[in-house]
Amino acid sequence: MRHSFDDISAQLHKRHRRSSRLKWISMGALGLAGLFLALFFADMLNRGLPAFQQAYVQVEIDYNEDARQMGRAALEPDIAPLVSRSFERLIPGMIRDNSDLLGTTETRWVLTNSEADQYLKGHRNSLSDDEQAAIDERVDNGQVALKFNTTFFTSGDSKMAERAGILSAAVGTVMTLLVTLAIAFPIGVMTAVYLEEFAPDNRLTQIIEININNLAAIPSILFGLLGLAIFINFFGVPRSSPLVGGMTLALMTLPVIIIATRTALRSVPDSIRHAAFGVGCSRWQVVRDHVLPLAMPGIMTGSIIGLAQAMGETAPLIIVGMVAFIPDAGGSFTEAATVLPAQIFTWAGEPEQAFVEKTAGGILVLLAILIFLNATAVVLRKKFERRW
Amino acid sequence: MQTNQLLAMFSGVLLLLGLLAFFLGRAKAARVRASGTAMYAQPDQYAWFAVVATAGPAITVGAVGAFLMLLLGAEIPTLYLLAGSLVIAAIGLLVGMSQVKPDFHARQAIERVIRWVLVAAAMISIFTTFGILFSIVFEALRFFQMHSFWEFITGTVWSPGDSFLAAAGRGDEGGSTAQFGSVPLFAGTFMITAIAMLVAIPVGLLSAIYMAEFAPSRVRTLAKPTLEVLAGIPTVVYGFFAAITVAPIIVDVAGFFGLDASFNNAVAPGVVMGIMIIPFISSLSDDVISAVPDSMRQGSLALGMTKGETIRDVVIPAALPGIISASLLAVSRALGETMIVVMAAGMRPNLTANPLEDMTTVTVRIVAALTGDLEFESSETLSAFALGLVLFAVTLSLNLVSVLMIRRFREKYRVNNL
Repeated sequence: MRHSFDDISAQLHKRHRRSSRLKWISMGALGLAGLFLALFFADMLNRGLPAFQQAYVQVEIDYNEDARQMGRAALEPDIAPLVSRSFERLIPGMIRDNSDLLGTTETRWVLTNSEADQYLKGHRNSLSDDEQAAIDERVDNGQVALKFNTTFFTSGDSKMAERAGILSAAVGTVMTLLVTLAIAFPIGVMTAVYLEEFAPDNRLTQIIEININNLAAIPSILFGLLGLAIFINFFGVPRSSPLVGGMTLALMTLPVIIIATRTALRSVPDSIRHAAFGVGCSRWQVVRDHVLPLAMPGIMTGSIIGLAQAMGETAPLIIVGMVAFIPDAGGSFTEAATVLPAQIFTWAGEPEQAFVEKTAGGILVLLAILIFLNATAVVLRKKFERRW
Repeated sequence: MQTNQLLAMFSGVLLLLGLLAFFLGRAKAARVRASGTAMYAQPDQYAWFAVVATAGPAITVGAVGAFLMLLLGAEIPTLYLLAGSLVIAAIGLLVGMSQVKPDFHARQAIERVIRWVLVAAAMISIFTTFGILFSIVFEALRFFQMHSFWEFITGTVWSPGDSFLAAAGRGDEGGSTAQFGSVPLFAGTFMITAIAMLVAIPVGLLSAIYMAEFAPSRVRTLAKPTLEVLAGIPTVVYGFFAAITVAPIIVDVAGFFGLDASFNNAVAPGVVMGIMIIPFISSLSDDVISAVPDSMRQGSLALGMTKGETIRDVVIPAALPGIISASLLAVSRALGETMIVVMAAGMRPNLTANPLEDMTTVTVRIVAALTGDLEFESSETLSAFALGLVLFAVTLSLNLVSVLMIRRFREKYRVNNL
């Protein structure tokens, strides 16, 4: 069968069109992935940014006899239901501590409760029409305003959304990661040094290598089961503590650090080793004095990335009990603590609308820290990377 | 509290002995050398050997003793154990000092010790794997003593129901008996994983094709790390996103088509999990496609194939083992993913083919079983380990197959950087 030139060029045209269609479709796929990312961040910012502001109301506090028993009596009746109960509870104590207050009045800015806060921000709330009117009137007078929410950064968890903050979770995260780093960094670097610089190429070495790659792909929740069965039930490490959480995360972070360190060690050229051996260094002296210092930037980068990964991990920590309600930041490695992702998980389970905002606020803080860590890793790599 | 004080004292004394060993050893070696005798090693190396000889055996004895106490329940008083270790440290000190002599290779001795320490560190990763395996298998066996394995694998009803009453010795009071049939959980896991793959494989693979074959290098250097951000976002954040933003959208869309969707539907966690997995597929596929030798592309283009045809008929088939390997890794990641499904999928074991209904997964049940107030011995708690065992077996085999496939690709094209 013969084709005319017209047929062939028409066919060719079609083939080229199909080719460029593949280009546009694949470009679209990449664009779609980028769009997901953009939508995700937009949604988180939209939900989370209001958490950094909190409604305050200017109230007249009348320290009268009734307020000794019930703090609410000190407040004007129309605004009292809108003030945070955490403040009302303080009033009797303030009178007890300083009896001169009795009979005086004072004007000051106090936290509102979360419902009034949500109303001001235009979210769903359960305020009655009268209460809404009371707020609107004070907004016009400048007696109700949204201010920067310091409480969010200076207090721990609370059942009252307006008092809830991330401090105890942040302290818990730092302590847990300290344990993780203290365990995973030395063991990871030593393992990598052994595999790259010392190990003979035998069966055992191969098994260790396969095993490390495999560990990197095991679902994180199984590390939680390990932590529960071995660390807590067998070794008796206190449940919910930063110690057990950090140990569990260390085992998870280990493969990341090992793999990064091996890459860094491998990129150090052999001429350096040969030179050091040539002047009579032993193997350990070569590694300690020449290879490791040169590989350090790569090792640091890998460790920071591993740490960032560990910081966002939640599932194994839930299994070892780190989802406790921690109102005050503790200072001990063996007491119950919580971490930022676990705090986010706890808040996400709260039914109140105000906690949705807190959750997203916590997420923004967590994401900011992770971005900072990863950016540090990138900068470190860019700054100290050496091409041989 | 007393143990802590004892430990602090032990560490203090050991530290002192170590310092003593270092300075005495160095002084003695320096003296020998000053007298004009040639030595095999530097004074510092003798000093370090003395430290190792002092602290090494003592710490080993202490650790072994502590381990025996835990493992075998042997009753060794802590005081005696630590005192014994200190005596051994003192003996070690004497031995270390006696070895400070010209014909002793202190450097090589240290080298041997360091090698063993490094081997020990490398073994920790093996212990971790075995630790996971043993902890899971051991508890799972206890579960299978209570409930039959066959029923667990084939049963279609998962209702731990009143198993906590049975654990409390009040098993007769419960209305229904506990049933642990895991089929609905695996069905839910499979459904959510399938949805995730439907999102991740096309988007990930096409992105990889674009980055490897079409994109200018500037776009590529920018796009790759941007995609990696998707993998770096914590899963708990994705879970919140799925539950709060995506699930209502799915319900609305389903409602628009006259369908009734649950707020805990399987689509929302599936889609979000798919987004999370995109970079796993795109990154590895990109590497694999870039590693396909250029001679194959040139040959194809020289025969008059268009660029699209070359990619479809030459490059992708050549890269297929790598792409399948990436997809298997992604499946294994999706099967074990926990937070997204815990927060966005349902809690009710539900055997259905409708992704708009709520379904639960293996990982959700593991978390639910282990975060309740149940006693550890109850069969519901132990069921978590049985589920974990299945999860471990499945993900392990997926990973191994994936590793084998990528190795075959690497050997075929002699690529070293994968």
